[in-house]
Amino acid sequence: MKRLIPCLLLSLFAAGVHADEVAVAVAANFTGPMQVIAPIFERETGHKLNLAFGATGKFYAQISNGAPFEILVAADDETPARLVKENQGIAGSAYTYAIGKLVLWSADSKLVDGKGEVLKKGGFKHLAIANPKTAPYGAAALQTMARLGVSDTLKPLFVQGENIAQTQQFVVSGAAELGFIAYSQVIKNGQIGSGSGWLVPASFHDPIRQDVVLLAKGKDKPGAVALMTFLKGDKAKTVIKSFGYDLP
Amino acid sequence: MFLTDADLQAIWLTIRLAGITTLILLVLGTPAAWWLARTRSRWKGPVGAVVALPLVLPPSVLGFYLLLAMGPNGLVGQLTQALGLGTLPFTFWGLVVASVFYSFPFMVQPLQNAFEAIGDRPLEVAATLRASPIDTFFTVVLPLARPGFLSAGILTFAHTVGEFGVVLMIGGNIPGVTRVASVQIYDHVEALEYLDAHRLAGVMLVFSFVVLLGLYTWQPQQKKEA
Repeated sequence: MKRLIPCLLLSLFAAGVHADEVAVAVAANFTGPMQVIAPIFERETGHKLNLAFGATGKFYAQISNGAPFEILVAADDETPARLVKENQGIAGSAYTYAIGKLVLWSADSKLVDGKGEVLKKGGFKHLAIANPKTAPYGAAALQTMARLGVSDTLKPLFVQGENIAQTQQFVVSGAAELGFIAYSQVIKNGQIGSGSGWLVPASFHDPIRQDVVLLAKGKDKPGAVALMTFLKGDKAKTVIKSFGYDLP
Repeated sequence: MFLTDADLQAIWLTIRLAGITTLILLVLGTPAAWWLARTRSRWKGPVGAVVALPLVLPPSVLGFYLLLAMGPNGLVGQLTQALGLGTLPFTFWGLVVASVFYSFPFMVQPLQNAFEAIGDRPLEVAATLRASPIDTFFTVVLPLARPGFLSAGILTFAHTVGEFGVVLMIGGNIPGVTRVASVQIYDHVEALEYLDAHRLAGVMLVFSFVVLLGLYTWQPQQKKEA
């Protein structure tokens, strides 16, 4: 026991540092596909990925303040462009890896019809959306409701998730009856896996172009450069497509 | 104006939440602390540990299970629905309930210490003077424990003001209902509105300092009086 304690204390400081590890910040909506792509990438290239999932805006703040991320897989195209402009992203490295699709979804299998008529009919108390100020899927949800002319009636029912994953969690737990989330979060075998949903037509909102960018800290890292190439490749594309995204 | 209307709304909401939580906890925490201070029961240890749990548990754990419990499928949620109150997540009163759990130890522990510090002697004296237990509590214990109540109240209020994780989990970020100051700052940061974030954070910093300054300068004088 006496020897064990110093060992434990030492191990607290001996965090694993390995040359081939790539630190990747991933937008919450891309969690599912990234978790499928990561092992394929690791097997093929021998590099290891350290994935962090969260809101793109938060990652921007962290990267601007020295977070050790080497790649940002963003939920929009503005944040990568801004990082490049501020010399924190490598110029010319950003490209669109996926175009997101919005879905109105409920855990209740009867609530949402195939045309989104439920938004006009009502019969629910809470509508979850991602924070439109920071999350592109939240902004797309607002545009969709504006187009349907239901913004004003629905606005008092909004509850906002910090990111798209928390928004989904509000709906899954039933605390909010329905919500606008990413199709990738509920897709299973090419269709909405459970509950009920309406796949919002792409013409109802600005395209959700999701860009990836190589960051300054990943510039000369073989692992980071390899992932930038891999995400454009056929194997990644197949996975991305299977999660319901459109490809550029 | 230095702060935006949305910021002021968030501050007012925060003060209301912290104030109501503190009042409720004064009522709930006092008997709990009294029992913990006086009991010789073998349950004292386990109960004390349960009371202290929110100190240790991550707010995300607390928030997650409160969301499940108070949601339409949870036990609490079914109860509130049966009573015709609807469900608590995404409401102001939902935040109050969560804050009561979250800040419970901050009320109970200073009170318990204050009650224990009084000791048996004043109570025995009061009893020999034929004061009933209730009479003793209000005329002997309460005045003697005044510094304890003061620090418990201030700590509870301040801790609720500083709440973030739990509110994020069950609040839904609704302006004027659940968007408290800490969440508003987080929003500003995420939206890259750093100037707004700095201003509101500055207000919070000054507020917290003043509260704690008050706590630490008042405390010794109170003790001397007692």
